[in-house]
Amino acid sequence: MTPPAPAPSSAYDYRMPQRHRLSSLGRWAFLASTIVGIVVLSALLFNIIDQAFGLVAIEARIDPASLAVEGVRLEDLSQDQLTAILQAHVSKGLLRRLENDQPLAERSRVEIYQLVLDRVVEPTIVETWSLTDSLLHRREIEARAAVDRPAAALSFRAWVNPAFVGASQSSNPLLAGIRGAILGSLWIIGLTILLALPIGIGAAVYLEEYAADTWLNRIIQTNINNLAGVPSIIYGILGLAIFVRALEPLTSGSVLGQVPDPTSANGRTILAAGLTLGLLVLPLVIINAQEAIRAVPASLRQAAYGLGSTKWQMVWHHVLPNAIAGILTGTILAVSRAMGETAPLVVVGASTFITSDPTGIFSKFTALPIQIYQWTARPQDEFRNLAAAAILVLLVLLLSLNAAAILLRNRYGRQGRLL
Amino acid sequence: MQTALQSDPAGSVIFAGPPTARSLGLKRRRRWGESLIQGFLFFSGALSILTTLGIVVVLVRESLSFFGSPEVSLGEFLTGTTWQPHIGEFGIWPLAASTLITTGIAMLVAVPLGLSVAIYLSEYATERARSLLKPVLEVLAGVPTVVYGYFALTFMTPLLRSIFGRDVVEIYNMASGGIVMGVLILPLISSISEDALSAVPRSLREASYAVGATRLETAVRVVVPAAISGISAALILGLSRGIGETMIVALAVGAGPAFTFNPFKGAETMTGHIVRISGGDLSYGSIDYDSIFAIGVTLFLLTLTLNIISQAVVRRFRKAYE
Repeated sequence: MTPPAPAPSSAYDYRMPQRHRLSSLGRWAFLASTIVGIVVLSALLFNIIDQAFGLVAIEARIDPASLAVEGVRLEDLSQDQLTAILQAHVSKGLLRRLENDQPLAERSRVEIYQLVLDRVVEPTIVETWSLTDSLLHRREIEARAAVDRPAAALSFRAWVNPAFVGASQSSNPLLAGIRGAILGSLWIIGLTILLALPIGIGAAVYLEEYAADTWLNRIIQTNINNLAGVPSIIYGILGLAIFVRALEPLTSGSVLGQVPDPTSANGRTILAAGLTLGLLVLPLVIINAQEAIRAVPASLRQAAYGLGSTKWQMVWHHVLPNAIAGILTGTILAVSRAMGETAPLVVVGASTFITSDPTGIFSKFTALPIQIYQWTARPQDEFRNLAAAAILVLLVLLLSLNAAAILLRNRYGRQGRLL
Repeated sequence: MQTALQSDPAGSVIFAGPPTARSLGLKRRRRWGESLIQGFLFFSGALSILTTLGIVVVLVRESLSFFGSPEVSLGEFLTGTTWQPHIGEFGIWPLAASTLITTGIAMLVAVPLGLSVAIYLSEYATERARSLLKPVLEVLAGVPTVVYGYFALTFMTPLLRSIFGRDVVEIYNMASGGIVMGVLILPLISSISEDALSAVPRSLREASYAVGATRLETAVRVVVPAAISGISAALILGLSRGIGETMIVALAVGAGPAFTFNPFKGAETMTGHIVRISGGDLSYGSIDYDSIFAIGVTLFLLTLTLNIISQAVVRRFRKAYE
């Protein structure tokens, strides 16, 4: 007599349909989280573009059309005519100050034209609108502007434009530009690479090819991993205390007989900033370079030794040429991190307002992210627009750096020889 | 064979073995160039130790001078709930609380989203979907933090204010900064967690399917527990990243220390305070100058501890499946 079967099938597919429904629900939940990431990225980009273009209402102290001489428009006038306009419209005191800064006769036509715009026409922004508002509600904006601001001219403005990239800093948002900031960023990045690349590769070669498994080398490796996780602002504090304060004679250039810029804040120079960022990206460069070196097959090393080469000959002629593409890719990524770093530069002492271009490593500095930070921190809308435009420029620079890294990786691969 | 075979004084021939380095005239000599290069390479590696020493010495020395000044005491610094340098009140808690609240909000956003993304990419996504989604995460991770700060201030804050009301949400508030910081941490958590999930051997998944588990059950009850140490390392790293994050909080969270637990109010974090103080006119040796080092020590110790814990966790996790 057989006992009644305990219906094995029911035990196996117990609540199976519900569980499968739950499972597919889970799938959609996970996918939804991923889509949230995409949505946020889109919102971020949309928000920036929305602010970087749009309608502006501009009021000028003197209508530029009234400054035209014999039908020639203001922007086409000769240098002498522009100088005459400037002399006719600004106060004697201001004129004397301008002459003291640099005699008008020695300035270029473009500079004089900028002065005329800045001091005579004095266009000021009275209101700005975002891109979406400008496109969707243009009629209402025009109607309201006509009532509220009869003197203002309404025009569509791309905040990011060639003049913006080429002009230096100004307190008038219409004339402000980021040339000084871009140049500052490039100088700092140049120094960062100069410091981080050779030392980073050196350290990686040491750790991968030379270092025996001793306690000292283990400490070095652990320490590098830990340094990569130190917040960037701590590097800023380090830079402030060491490069700006303790090594001031070096970083201000006075030890080399450089006459320090009297207006500059002593050690708060491009050199100090570059050294600080160099230390900041060094652990990243080392870790990336180590990975690239580790990917070089051991057979290459053995073959080199087999032919009687010394250790350094093996490294220089075989390991490095095979790893260099990977090393450079990692370095570019580390450098693009440095390019967007803001906090350490603020702490090291970026200048808040600087109209001159950097002339060397002992100049005081500003940088693209610093400029973005300062503009964003101001309450007026038009500075937010400027910040958005500067962000676009920064993102384009970063994208091209990353594209270069990807090209390098695709072209030479992990095993590819670059040299 | 003449070099190998030699006659001994007795006249018999013995076999002297294969040519040695000495018999070929190759003696081991010191190569100065090689030593020099090795010295430089060692120095490059050791520079990282110098950097750490520099950080420690600088932070400790200047904080000692901070705690040595008559207005400050260590006890007050660790327990005080007011940070008002101009009246001599130096209690870290307003700054620390704001750091913890913003980071907490960031983790509330980043942990569920980051883990879901990691599980989706590792357990569900097709190769095509992965190749589309991973670059998006990489871009999110590569956006400079100052840009996130701008995003928090000009997008997230107005959004929160329109949802919860302008009277409830201040212009500078911890919620907005925290949420955007969560977006910043998300790719960090998802990429490390995904690595951990992918490292779980296939056999575990197959065993789970074989006993009739669904895909979700396999992912949540088998794969995630197997990768839990890697995932916790990711979470700890995310936490440490949030505590050290500066520009988002400097722009969006506020510019005045306040001891509050209301996420819709503004309060200054430790990093935000350092940036604001050092961005102004800072004279060396002033109490303000010294105070940023004391805050820096706190920050450094916090993040260092978290990083060391996460590395220890990762080491255990590596051992589990190798």
